[in-house]
Amino acid sequence: MKILMLGWELPPHNSGGLGVACYQLSRALAAQGVAIDFVLPYDAPHDIDFMKVTPAMPITAEKLANLGGAYESYCYHCETETCDHVTPKDLRGQQQRYTAFVEEYLMDKSPDIIHAHDWLTFEAGMRAKQITGKPLVAHVHATEFDRSGEHNGNPLVHEIEYNALHMADRVVAVSQVTKDIIVRGYGIPADKIQVVHNSIDPGDFTDVSFAGSYVYLEEMKKRGYKVVVSLGRLTVQKGLRYLIQAAERVVNRNEKVLFLIAGDGELRNELLEQAAELGIAHNIIFTGFLRGQRWRDAYAIGDMFVMPSVSEPFGLTALEAAGTGNAVLLSRQSGAGEVLKSVLKFDFWDTDKLANYILAVAEQPVLQHALMHNVQSEFARLSWHDVAKKCQDLYQNLHTAEAVTV
Amino acid sequence: MKRAVVLYLHVHQPFRVRDYTIFDAGFDHNYFSDANYHARTSNEQILHKVAAKSYIPTNKRLLAILTKHPEFRLSMSITGTVLEQLEMWSPEALQSFKDLVATGRVEIVAETYYHSLAFFYSRFEFEKQVRMHHDKVRDVFGVFPKVFRNTELSYNNDLAAWAEQAGYKGIITEGWDPVLDWRSPNFVYRPRYTENIRLLMKNYRMSDDIAFRFSDKQWSEWPLTAEKFARWVNELDDKQTNVNLFMDYETFGEHQWHETGIFDFLEHLPVELLKTEGNGFMTISEAIDAFEPVDTVDVPETITWADTERDLSAWVGNAMQQQAITELYSMEDDILASGDRQLIDDWRRLQTSDHVYYMCTKYFTDGDVHAYFSPYESPYDGFIAFCNALKDVRLRAIKAREGRSERWPGR
Repeated sequence: MKILMLGWELPPHNSGGLGVACYQLSRALAAQGVAIDFVLPYDAPHDIDFMKVTPAMPITAEKLANLGGAYESYCYHCETETCDHVTPKDLRGQQQRYTAFVEEYLMDKSPDIIHAHDWLTFEAGMRAKQITGKPLVAHVHATEFDRSGEHNGNPLVHEIEYNALHMADRVVAVSQVTKDIIVRGYGIPADKIQVVHNSIDPGDFTDVSFAGSYVYLEEMKKRGYKVVVSLGRLTVQKGLRYLIQAAERVVNRNEKVLFLIAGDGELRNELLEQAAELGIAHNIIFTGFLRGQRWRDAYAIGDMFVMPSVSEPFGLTALEAAGTGNAVLLSRQSGAGEVLKSVLKFDFWDTDKLANYILAVAEQPVLQHALMHNVQSEFARLSWHDVAKKCQDLYQNLHTAEAVTV
Repeated sequence: MKRAVVLYLHVHQPFRVRDYTIFDAGFDHNYFSDANYHARTSNEQILHKVAAKSYIPTNKRLLAILTKHPEFRLSMSITGTVLEQLEMWSPEALQSFKDLVATGRVEIVAETYYHSLAFFYSRFEFEKQVRMHHDKVRDVFGVFPKVFRNTELSYNNDLAAWAEQAGYKGIITEGWDPVLDWRSPNFVYRPRYTENIRLLMKNYRMSDDIAFRFSDKQWSEWPLTAEKFARWVNELDDKQTNVNLFMDYETFGEHQWHETGIFDFLEHLPVELLKTEGNGFMTISEAIDAFEPVDTVDVPETITWADTERDLSAWVGNAMQQQAITELYSMEDDILASGDRQLIDDWRRLQTSDHVYYMCTKYFTDGDVHAYFSPYESPYDGFIAFCNALKDVRLRAIKAREGRSERWPGR
């Protein structure tokens, strides 16, 4: 089976979970004998040997990222002068150039299935389906409804998602939460959408080493402090202002709880001000953008991990936190909660409940340890292999159905 | 009489702890009453539901059977906590239990008032709760229990010895194979290290055919009819004297819904069994009087009727449960010394074993029977609500102690 995979990023040039999911899914599929041709928008060195990686444009990953990534759909717009895709200056232009490349690329190729990941590649996916007549799988890692949090989102991006999801032969959603949004927001029939949860390969994560990036926090922990960790982009989608509201309630009762907010984003200053106004700034630590060792160490230093997202299609960081010795607290609006059972769940707006949970975990070591051990044993049973198996079945069904109709 | 069926039903409802948060602790001492009637932890709502689905329709049929068949007998245990709830929220269901006992053919079995595990943590508290239950049963039903059952049929040699010296003629527990070895549960036994007390052990295979497997369409014996069940009883070895069918009362109408045909089964079972001459029904006391013990049973380790392990691990198997229950009983002296009756009652209500059962994480990730019975979203939520309530209880006890030392400085 030959799959044309259309994606916008792969590690190490990823800005978030989208690239990780694309990489891991492709690797697991390749291990099961699927031939993958992965078209990326940028040209960069990779040490990927399990599939073919095709750069669509002679542009570096950094330069492309500066124009905006998949998550920055809010700054995506169409200016007439830049819609010339020969010398693109913005994301829209890059997207058109990517689509043009795929059109040309398919002149002498015939994949069995076209598998496109999220809105930036959906236009190319639709064109590929028109050109080859092959089934299109639209894989939704996040919708514009998720990225815009409690706001309306970008109408241009909504339109792309609407068209692609209707035109796709099959839609893959990374969680039931996401499936519900697609049904409600775009009117796609529920039976056209299959939920395929993201996963993690425990082996990949447990053999990484942890160094002491957070000496201050270690010292404080020795003095009885507990550390609450949150990792991710500081955007409305991630719901951090609710975490800070809850933090106020927590700190007023127990000042020995520290909050490590790892990541960066357009809301950082607003969150800093909020913490200061509430008078709890000394308990909240903003790390700024993290990668590599410091990112991994943030998991390691945590007693508990909180994902307060307003809308989180999946949330791979929750799985990583589960594997690194944290008690895990997830908003009900997070897809990872469909995979992990031994976690505490709250509605993102229910800051009282979140505060109650944080205090309970901080003050009851047996609760912290029970949550930590049980979620860790769930983590140990996860694998991308099972996810790839589901995708393969889906490919096979589409392939068979196509053979029948032809 | 050749053979007796000894039917025993256990009636119980706990006072579930509402979603009591850390922000309630310190000033709101209401742990058990949920302002939202429809909340999962609303005791009143659950009692109404169980009364309508199980207690009232089942008692109606049991009374009809007792009226129609003079040979019919059964035994029941009914906890103090459920009696309180029936008094408050369903006098109709309470009256239907009284009507059954008034026939003189329904034996009430003794236990702890609060359905607690106090026997394993405080003998003093345990005896107090048994006396409280004794008094409650006397006040409500006008009878004096002669047979004892401990919470969840938990049992060991010590308990049997205690029950003997307390004057009970019988005690019951699980007919667990490692204890019985090659022997059948269908006899009367004598607990080791005792003289006068007798032991009846649950025939768990035949009991669970009704209580658990009745509606299981994957079960090879489905559907189970009264005729088939009577045939199984008749096929037993002639020498076996008593078939002990012990189960939760809520089997009828709640665990097995009306739609499964469980009520038809109940109505027809006496008819089918009594068709064969020599078959009859007995209360636990009657079986003890009628049959001589055939052997001694030695139970050095505690057994219960729960889970495949048949031990206390569903209640005190994990660290959260152990901490919760240790903390609870460690307060005993302070609580009792407070003299605050409301505080003492709240503390005792927290001793109901259901609270720690909700914290059980065995098989949690596979979503099983434990989850079915829990009003909480997860075992962790159960633990959090319970510990928050416990914090408040402890604070009340501390304040009471401080009050005492103000009144009597130096003590």
